[in-house]
Amino acid sequence: MVQSVAEAATNNEVLPSPEIHLRAYRFMLLARVLDDKFASLYRAGKIMGGVFLGRGQEALSAAIGVSLREGDIFAPLIRDLAGRLAFNEPILDSVRTYLGSIEGPMRGRDGNIHRGRPKEGQLAMISHLGAMISVVNGGLFARRMRGIKGTVGVACCGDGATSTGAFHEAINQAAVEKLPLVMVVADNQYAYSTPTNRQFACRSLVDRAVGYGLRGDEVDGTNLSDCLRVVGAAVDRARAGEGPQLVVAHLLRLCGHGEHDDAGYIDANLKNSELGRDCLKLAEKWIQQQGWTDTATLAQWRSEAIQKVEEAVATVQREAGPDPFEKNYWSALSNPKFVEGNE
Amino acid sequence: MSITYLEAIREAQAKALADDPRVFIYGQDVGNFGGAFKATKGLAKQFPGRVLDSPISEDAMTGLAIGAAIEGMRPIVEMQFADFSTVAFNQIVNQAGTMFWRTNVTCPVVVRLPCGGTAGSGPFHSQMMEAIYAHYPGLIVLTPATVEDAYSMLLEAVALDDPVIFCEHKFLYYHLKAEKLPTEALPVGKARIAREGRDLTIVTYSAMLHESLAAAAELRNEGWEVEVVDLRSVKPLDTDTVMASVARTGRLLCVGEAWPWGGVTAEVITRVVSEGFDLLDAPPQRLNAKDTPVPYHPNLWSAHRPTARTIASAARKTLQS
Repeated sequence: MVQSVAEAATNNEVLPSPEIHLRAYRFMLLARVLDDKFASLYRAGKIMGGVFLGRGQEALSAAIGVSLREGDIFAPLIRDLAGRLAFNEPILDSVRTYLGSIEGPMRGRDGNIHRGRPKEGQLAMISHLGAMISVVNGGLFARRMRGIKGTVGVACCGDGATSTGAFHEAINQAAVEKLPLVMVVADNQYAYSTPTNRQFACRSLVDRAVGYGLRGDEVDGTNLSDCLRVVGAAVDRARAGEGPQLVVAHLLRLCGHGEHDDAGYIDANLKNSELGRDCLKLAEKWIQQQGWTDTATLAQWRSEAIQKVEEAVATVQREAGPDPFEKNYWSALSNPKFVEGNE
Repeated sequence: MSITYLEAIREAQAKALADDPRVFIYGQDVGNFGGAFKATKGLAKQFPGRVLDSPISEDAMTGLAIGAAIEGMRPIVEMQFADFSTVAFNQIVNQAGTMFWRTNVTCPVVVRLPCGGTAGSGPFHSQMMEAIYAHYPGLIVLTPATVEDAYSMLLEAVALDDPVIFCEHKFLYYHLKAEKLPTEALPVGKARIAREGRDLTIVTYSAMLHESLAAAAELRNEGWEVEVVDLRSVKPLDTDTVMASVARTGRLLCVGEAWPWGGVTAEVITRVVSEGFDLLDAPPQRLNAKDTPVPYHPNLWSAHRPTARTIASAARKTLQS
């Protein structure tokens, strides 16, 4: 069930603190500013390939990032810039990957949202949906074998990925192994252009949880407080050994699938519904109403975010792209003696 | 004492588990049951918590192994049959195969594929998958043909930092025996001259080695000396050993149990023709299975794949051309 903050309060649940709200909000803001910058760089022809924004999903994504700790495992999907930033991904990693700098973690070999630092728990997604979930399972499985306790893994996907065999296999696997996996599904109403009624036939994707034997919760993905509370509690339960958790967030993608897509297929009624509200504006309003911040501070945070983003882009624009004559690009194996055929 | 090809695979896994705490085995029925072919017999008991049954989820089995490898483990995944690895294809080629190149993080996963035909196994329990995995970058593909290689190459596969597709042939599981396990071996990436000759080179691998050796023995009675090269590893492929053999014999026949379109035999011929055309005294030939699904009935099955008789016949044509 979707539960509001007021209902949670009457249920004596611990509500997220003002501090965590403000932390999460600042990552949402930074992600929005950075995404907007990527969109303008794309329009200016400065980015090769696609640009995929998290507009409308920042509350959910930031809630994941601030719920995680160093040492956890995070497999974000394409709209998780806010969560990545909150999970310590440097701004430079995303800018360098979009611009193909050799200084970035992918060194021009892969681009846009396909980035990560696997050894630091930031998995670098492949494009095939559902494929990262079992990889998170594997990290958690390995830690259990090694006696490492208290870490969790979060895998993210959208409504579309829940239709894949990989999703089913991996969720069932996590349930069988009772792994501390939190599966966060952003049901943003469309998988590219396909509406949810062509994607699944159950009432809500959360109903699938019972079939897998795990706990499922729903949350209003436009509401930062709700996201912090529901995602935070799911992460806490997984960390406490209560097994895998499914969180389904309802929201609307406030952009195209990528910046090449004008999203003309999105139903106007949905845009005007509660799902279509901008989570960033709602969060801004909420933290002001609570008296946790004021207009001047918000303006200052925004200008700081803009400055950070501009600095990062200016830095990366001075960096070199990959040199195709450098031999190490042409070895897909770590063992050089096995490399052949690339002369 | 004698040891079978299958026992060698079990012994190699026992040694890997004993020697390296990072090793674990994950697959369907591999735990207390000991695996569909008993390649993990007794290992779950001997190594508690390290030989684990998986759900019937080839994609998630492989994904889990990859995630564990990122964390520093050395997983061995057993596919019940090579044929079922198509369900894990995405994880193998797109996740494991791209990991090091994309992220600079190695992915030391071994995927064991019980492959190849046995009488009565039919279209979905008989496939040879080496060509399709060798086609993708980032994978090492091994095809041991002997008891000694099954043992030593599996141990080396576990020790390698790159993902390895280990194609073990089911036809060899019980029939092939050796006196003892080897203490030393050729490294991965080196082919072996299995029989020396001067008139024709047969390049082959996996179960076709034994059919080719039988064909060579038959041809000896007709006065031909046929050299047989066992590739051992199809990726990397030891072009040097192949070229040196062709330089000696001037004639080449490539034999594989896989389907004819593309694949290992085509690759070997391409390399020899493009790098050593002048060494050839006759057009190089190849012999593969027929381009149909693998048939069920033994009469059909034995006509589908190359055998000593059909190899000898193809060799005669090459020798006389």
